Amino acid sequence: MKCRKCGGKAVLNMRQHKLALCGEHYLEWLPEQIERFIEKYKMFTRQEKVLVAVSGGKDSLGLWDILHRLGYHTEGLYIGLGIEQDYSDSSRRLSEQFAAERGLTLNIVDVEEKFGATIPELSVISNRGRGKPCSVCGLNKRYIMNRAALEGGFDALATGHNLDDEVAVLMQNTFNWAGGYLARQAPVLPAHDGLVRKTKPLCRIYEREMTAYCLVRGIEYIYEECPHAEGSSTIYYKEILNKMEGDRPGAKLQFYLSFLQAKESGLFANAEEKVDLHPCARCGQPTSAPGDCSFCRMWDKVKLVKKTVAPQPELVSMLA
Amino acid sequence: MATVKIKYRDKEYEVNTGMTVRDAIKKIGLEPEAVLAVMNGQLVTDDTIIEEGMKIKLVAVVSGGLLPRSFALTGGER
Repeated sequence: MKCRKCGGKAVLNMRQHKLALCGEHYLEWLPEQIERFIEKYKMFTRQEKVLVAVSGGKDSLGLWDILHRLGYHTEGLYIGLGIEQDYSDSSRRLSEQFAAERGLTLNIVDVEEKFGATIPELSVISNRGRGKPCSVCGLNKRYIMNRAALEGGFDALATGHNLDDEVAVLMQNTFNWAGGYLARQAPVLPAHDGLVRKTKPLCRIYEREMTAYCLVRGIEYIYEECPHAEGSSTIYYKEILNKMEGDRPGAKLQFYLSFLQAKESGLFANAEEKVDLHPCARCGQPTSAPGDCSFCRMWDKVKLVKKTVAPQPELVSMLA
Repeated sequence: MATVKIKYRDKEYEVNTGMTVRDAIKKIGLEPEAVLAVMNGQLVTDDTIIEEGMKIKLVAVVSGGLLPRSFALTGGER
């Protein structure tokens, strides 16, 4: 197959776009697309400071590389979760290596160092997540990302959620008719009530395209899956969606774009739930819970069980 | 007919030469959308015809554990 731009040997055929490109032209094309979406959805500008959440995986490192190449003012945030089987050690090493090679600033928040337990330990102690640490992990990451972005004076947070991630969540929420979640799913969530602006610059980029970008660009990323992801519902939905995509190229993109259009036309307007947020009595982060937020309450349990003198969440600086 | 080996994660599969990479991916029971093919160290499109002596590795593109159903809230949601 030939590159549409130069006639050279193509490395990737994007059937959803009817477009095949060689390595050189693909490395030009993908950042152009992402810049277009950053502007279209008004994610951030070159004058703003953006915190990129990196996990050592292909999406987040690929995103940071592209934003850096496009000239955006970025720093990275790596959250050390203490995942077993060398997963967290490898992902941290790859994130540090990536930042060092490009002279970029990587902020590191190691959960065990800051609060006295790893995420899998916290999951057991707090007895949340039905034996899996994923929900505790997600809650802690969202909390730390928001607080770190605010502490560091960042205008926006950028995460590496790609189109496949978005469509898998969309499918799950549609199957459950989760109107409130559907109403909130968007490429950008504006800042409000102590929440930093959250952006997903890869929301229209296939996971396959991000993998290809990292391979062609020579970005070393963590290939192995998080050991806790096995059997996850997200992977299940992604497999179904990839089967559909194989039969009907563009099916995933069409599903997502139709959803955005439907949302724009007000289809989910009545499903929007007004969540009453107020600052946590201890750490000041926004919460809908009365009094202390669930993050503070969760870490209180660790102190009780481990009988440690782990620092109080409200006194810990994320970026120090 | 000659065969070549295709590596995917920690497994190796043997396929006949003369078929396309896409057909080979399907033959070993994988979804073509979920992998990319690297041949002799270079990313290739899946219409590439497999020839004798080629070294092919398939790279999985799917990742993900629990994704947030919405990003609207932070740690204090409940």
